[in-house]
Amino acid sequence: MDTALLIEKSILVILLFLVSLGAAAYMTYFERKLAAWIQDRVGPDRAGPFGILQPIADGVKMFLKEDFIPAKADKWLFIIGPGIAMFTALITSAVIPWGPKLHLFGRDIVLQVADINIGILYVFGVISIGVYGIMIGGWASNNKYSLYGAIRASSQMISYELAMGVSAITIVLLSGSLSLTTIVEGQSDVWNIVYQPVAFLIFFICALAELNRAPFDLPECESELVGGYHTEYSSMKLGLYLFAEYTSMFVSSAIMAILFFGGYNFPGMSHFSGNTLAILGIAAFATKIFIFIFVIMWIRWTIPRFRFDQLMHLGWKSLLPLSLINLLVTGLVIAYKNGWF
Amino acid sequence: MESLTNRKKVVSDKPMTLWEKIYLPAIISGMITTMRHMFRKRKTIKYPEEIREFAPVYRGQHVLKRDEQGRENCTACGLCAVACPAEAITMTSAERARGEEHLYREEKYAATYEINMLRCIFCGLCEEACPKEAVFLTDRLVPTYFERDNFTYGKDKLVEAIDQRIDITKRQHTGKRTQL
Repeated sequence: MDTALLIEKSILVILLFLVSLGAAAYMTYFERKLAAWIQDRVGPDRAGPFGILQPIADGVKMFLKEDFIPAKADKWLFIIGPGIAMFTALITSAVIPWGPKLHLFGRDIVLQVADINIGILYVFGVISIGVYGIMIGGWASNNKYSLYGAIRASSQMISYELAMGVSAITIVLLSGSLSLTTIVEGQSDVWNIVYQPVAFLIFFICALAELNRAPFDLPECESELVGGYHTEYSSMKLGLYLFAEYTSMFVSSAIMAILFFGGYNFPGMSHFSGNTLAILGIAAFATKIFIFIFVIMWIRWTIPRFRFDQLMHLGWKSLLPLSLINLLVTGLVIAYKNGWF
Repeated sequence: MESLTNRKKVVSDKPMTLWEKIYLPAIISGMITTMRHMFRKRKTIKYPEEIREFAPVYRGQHVLKRDEQGRENCTACGLCAVACPAEAITMTSAERARGEEHLYREEKYAATYEINMLRCIFCGLCEEACPKEAVFLTDRLVPTYFERDNFTYGKDKLVEAIDQRIDITKRQHTGKRTQL
């Protein structure tokens, strides 16, 4: 194997790891600030200028807390739970194309850890493993609230994954490929959102549900279930769960940007080339991710939580039929254009 | 009953229209509202750096006033004790002896005057009841102590010092009432 390639990919992996963790840490800070602004407050402003060091202080606090495992809990599953949640949140970023090719040291560096040709399937597979983190954690805690949170999480994820998958299939139909790189490159002129606004809407709503974000944060809703699936967790295990939530938010924002908003494409792209293009592309992609994160947080601090039956109703009776109709219409239009009628 | 405000609304349980069932318009209008709040001026007072101003009519620790010549106003009539809903005030009266005219304004005075700050609810009814402009609530705070006994304030803590008058102008008109 090419040693240079190995080094290149290793650096990219480590960089991605650090960026995802850093982004997740600062998303907690940004979320608290945004919540404060929406509620006419100031937010964290004590640790460092404007409270910039708050995530670090939070992290240190998490490590210094007592790491408690309940006596009746299944010890190994209890430990594995947050691990799975964090692991799946992190490995999703492996197939994301972060930008156009960079030219460094006489090499073309592809800003993607693994350009597998079934990228989107990989993403869905990993996301559906993610629910095991929550399920195992909730089950192993041996606590009614945790179990209830876990049950809600799994049923919610199963329900919404369907509509999400179907709306992703419309994108696959449109671009004719399962590879995320091909999907992004296909959008260099017109972004998919123009053709598929309905699919985007469904995908976005389902992504909120998959992320357990408000208004679908039933697995951890404080007013009913104390802490939901992480009621019994403390210290850095709790920290990992919370971190995993923010990391998945980062990754799914990236995926939404790729599927519907052209990934690293930006208007006026043809005027640039080489490394300038790569850097601008990365910047455009980062901006899109940031906007998505902002909107997700904005929604959280605006809308109250759904009731569980409403959640199921919305998932099965509204979003799934709508996405199927959307898929059908897309398929028919594509078939018509190809002259099948 | 005739409604006193214009906030009364008739509640109806008519089914939602399609527009309402989509939820999205309502969600978007809600998001516009929160967005507007994002740019609003913050109402937070950053405490250690910035201390919130007391209201001019703040009701804190009591003071027993002296008149211009430094004589105690209180005549131990007991109206404050009667008015007090928390029964926090106790006093014993005494007759002014000859030669004490520079200490007490009238022939009777409070030999002891105690307010239990743990009972007191700082309602200000004592001040309202006082016919002699003797007791006032001020903007000073009663500090905390470890012993209960310390909260019973006697004359030593309540009567203002002659050389350190307590300003109550913000709270009420000073000195004598204007003659009717």
